[in-house]
Amino acid sequence: MNMHTAMRQWPAEGLTRVPYWVYSDHALYGEEQERIFRGDTWTFLCMEAELPAAGSFRTSNLGDMPVVVTRDANGVIHAFENRCAHRGSLLCLKERGDAREIVCVYHNWTYDLTGKLTGVAFRRGIAGKGGMPSDCKPEAHAPRQLRIALFAGLVFGTLGGNTPPLEQYLGPDHVARIRRVMRAPARLIGGYSQIIPSNWKLYIENVKDSYHASLLHMFFTTFRLNRLSQKGGLVVSEAGGNHISYSMTQDVAGKEYEQAGLRSANDGYALEAPDMLLKNVDEFGDGIGLQILTVFPGFVLQQIRNCLAVRRVVPRGLDKTELVWTCFGFTTDDDALAELRLRQANLIGPAGFISMEDGAAAGFVQRGVAGAGDAVSLVEMGGSGTASEESRVSEAAVRGFWKDYRRHMGF
Amino acid sequence: MNLEHVARVADLNARYADAIDADRLEAWPDFFLDDGRYRITTAENVAQGLPLSIMYAASRAMLRDRVTALREANVYEGQRYRHLLGTPLITAVEAGGLRARTSFMVARVMRTGDTMLFATGCYEDRVVPDASGGARFVEKTVVLDSRQIDTLLAIPL
Repeated sequence: MNMHTAMRQWPAEGLTRVPYWVYSDHALYGEEQERIFRGDTWTFLCMEAELPAAGSFRTSNLGDMPVVVTRDANGVIHAFENRCAHRGSLLCLKERGDAREIVCVYHNWTYDLTGKLTGVAFRRGIAGKGGMPSDCKPEAHAPRQLRIALFAGLVFGTLGGNTPPLEQYLGPDHVARIRRVMRAPARLIGGYSQIIPSNWKLYIENVKDSYHASLLHMFFTTFRLNRLSQKGGLVVSEAGGNHISYSMTQDVAGKEYEQAGLRSANDGYALEAPDMLLKNVDEFGDGIGLQILTVFPGFVLQQIRNCLAVRRVVPRGLDKTELVWTCFGFTTDDDALAELRLRQANLIGPAGFISMEDGAAAGFVQRGVAGAGDAVSLVEMGGSGTASEESRVSEAAVRGFWKDYRRHMGF
Repeated sequence: MNLEHVARVADLNARYADAIDADRLEAWPDFFLDDGRYRITTAENVAQGLPLSIMYAASRAMLRDRVTALREANVYEGQRYRHLLGTPLITAVEAGGLRARTSFMVARVMRTGDTMLFATGCYEDRVVPDASGGARFVEKTVVLDSRQIDTLLAIPL
């Protein structure tokens, strides 16, 4: 623990309290980058489908550190820091593409697709004059290499020396639940990004918060896509930072919302063309209509009916987060299923019927706690633990996040 | 150049944008035919040949559902838009109507007073005459120049 974290005291209540300074402390932001994103965690970088051929590259992030992910001539995937060994310039200035080598535009230093420095322009000078001394070893300053792990078509990377093997880090429930969704080779259908006006942790807490889903998102509730009375469950990993929330498509009756008289139980609301949006195919054969899965620190795998997406949570400063959405289907999809996915994509993203509120809600907290000082938030729905449970009227997955966060940060 | 074609598309888009900016969203679906299509995507998706939309309606009924959701279900902070439209470029004259591309910029004005340049891009429109002698969209594709959306995109563009 360094000086800064040592000065901070977590509330004595433990996991049921989150001090608001975690969202507004500039020094803490930098420490998170080092201890979490560049520490012993796995960050989702991209889908393998985004690197379709030898020579494909994709830029990504390890926290706020820029990264290039490549597929070399032998088909092997690599990832390295997107920073030239020379003066630190970005090496790769495109989101994606194909290349035989990577050349820094600033002074033409070149790298192969594994991130190895292969050429320094005018290294020996011109006509015996200028150039670099023979004892200078620029290779020693090469961009950092990430350790890569592939799982079910997903590419993860880490810089940590003690990050456990990926499948161990995911845990058995996550291994099974990721495989369940990634049932065939993925085919990209598109993407976009959403700027969340908050600290990155507020967004990931929102994703893990199964309690809010049918209270904030009224569209969901009214059309019985996800009532908390639907059969389902909440799975929290042993370390706490990975979670799964899922529900079956069938409603098991229940009038809890109506009786409670909540805003989200508006039965007078009807769609003219519900089938255009809500018809779905049980492509996984298990009746699960919704599965939201996170992996610490910032990966989300989403199945909402037939709408499948991965989301990368990228910190862009203390109170700004970029959420990168990539939607996909499978190479085995027929035209009808492909069209269904495109229509159901109305449910997600910045204009999503059931997700448009999330970015704003995280921003409401960021703005709300501006003068909160030492005040704390209450995370006590479902008790004080982080165990998996059937009820989703619970903040167990949020507490799990803080359990893992505190372990990494040394709080 | 046929100025009548330009005027026809410009007038339709001017009335379309005015309805949105003046919060007459209930009028928005009526700018489309019954089987009209509306979608918002990004130039990046278009360039990669990827079909994903940020908003997608394959019929006027789906557009009305979007309005109902915005009025009755979805929760978003008070905001409105101001559209600035460019001159339509007629890209094709077809037997049934016109194809046109129109640049737009949209400022978003929040209830707090915060104003930002929220979206830039172009409308790729297919416009056809309707039964009453006016014009309607049979297809309107909003292609955003940027892949990034700030916070949320509630009101259509």
